[in-house]
Amino acid sequence: MRDNPRTRLVFVLLLLTAFTLITLDARGGGTSLLDRLRASTQSVFGPIERAASAVVRPVSDFVDGVGSIGSNAQRISELEQENEALALQLRTSELDRNRARELDELLGLAALGQYRIVPAEVIAVGSARGFIRTVTIDAGSRDGVTVDLTVVNGDGLVGRVVEVGPGTATILLLTDPEFVVGVRMAGSMELGTVRGGADGPMGLELFNPQADLEVGAVMVTLGSRNGRPFVPGVPVGTVVNVRSTPGALTRSADVRTFVDVTTLDLVGVVVEPPRQDPRDALLPTPSPSPTPSPSVGSATPTPTPSP
Amino acid sequence: MTVRQVVLTGTLLVTAAILQVTVVNPLDLPGGGPDLVLLVLIPLAMVQGPMSGAVTGFCAGLLVDLVPPAAGHVGSWALVLCVTGFQAGQFRFDSRRSALRTLGVVAGLSAFVVLAHAGVALLFGEAEVEGHELVSVTVGTVLYDLLLAPFVVPPVMGLARRAEPDPSRLAL
Repeated sequence: MRDNPRTRLVFVLLLLTAFTLITLDARGGGTSLLDRLRASTQSVFGPIERAASAVVRPVSDFVDGVGSIGSNAQRISELEQENEALALQLRTSELDRNRARELDELLGLAALGQYRIVPAEVIAVGSARGFIRTVTIDAGSRDGVTVDLTVVNGDGLVGRVVEVGPGTATILLLTDPEFVVGVRMAGSMELGTVRGGADGPMGLELFNPQADLEVGAVMVTLGSRNGRPFVPGVPVGTVVNVRSTPGALTRSADVRTFVDVTTLDLVGVVVEPPRQDPRDALLPTPSPSPTPSPSVGSATPTPTPSP
Repeated sequence: MTVRQVVLTGTLLVTAAILQVTVVNPLDLPGGGPDLVLLVLIPLAMVQGPMSGAVTGFCAGLLVDLVPPAAGHVGSWALVLCVTGFQAGQFRFDSRRSALRTLGVVAGLSAFVVLAHAGVALLFGEAEVEGHELVSVTVGTVLYDLLLAPFVVPPVMGLARRAEPDPSRLAL
């Protein structure tokens, strides 16, 4: 009764189906049937997630704040209740202020870079067991979001859009190991790439092995053709550790991102890139700007590639 | 499976999948947090038996593969959870005997799910998995699942038993 032939047949058929699906998805380009299936599930689950997140958010905010409740003396409990109510009021207003500040920063960044952005909130986060760092935001094709757009927040680069539904979109975060972005060092104009480093720092590789690189140096996105997937000039991160690998063909370093992906809330999708490369204008102002040493080793002054 | 079972299974799995991405994952717990879909799947499969368990697991996996912001290959979680449902179904007659054994099943399958999915992801080039991260996520998932199991597994098992059509048709 445990393993009758019918059970085994069904089991094997299911396994084969799963294998077929995976290979189809792994092989198929951008137009596979499975992609369409995924897009349609975005339209089904997107609204549910929006609703769930709208319900859950105030509750979790509340739970986060309440430390201890309860006391036997009635008077104390009354006072505590009052205190709680006041504290909650304070907290929520603080939360509002926080959000307003984030929005301000986002708009500020957009104004500086002359981007046109669509603001959105993070409503769902991918599981750690998938080993792919993604989040869902509550803006989709209805808001003009399409695949391969840059996502930013007030601090800098957040990721890029990988999938779009009508009211939601999936973002690949810049910390994912498969995330690679072309960057330009602020000041020295050296070109390179930054790759996501999972939980650790991101890895920077400069194409010029003799380039000057110091801890504290900052970089911005280089920008891609037509601003997809990356618009130019978005702050990416700071060098925290320069790796000395003698004989290496590239210069490598560890980079800490400006954006903290674990506390993401409000983000913006850049739906219209700036007409001109904003260069370094978007870097945080009080940053200890590294002395822009005119790159010693580079023979050719790297021209900024036009987007 | 009866209509009632299908509705119950579907509702529980969808709820778990949505809560996972909107509530559990945003907490950003060290080690990844509990796997709600697995915690619902195990008791369902333990009541349904290996064959229905495999089908339920396959559907649960497809759900996990498709609920945004999932970005891996469609079918990879379906493959892993299909095996998981099948395995949990093998313990059909143990679930009534001892709670400790059920906890053992939860722990074992939690570890299996993480490792097997990482293996599938590596095999098909779906994601890059680092060793220390794999260890922390495996240990984290097992511990969180064990912590949460006493609150999720018994009620789901109770609901699933009540939805069973006829206890004499064990061969299903």
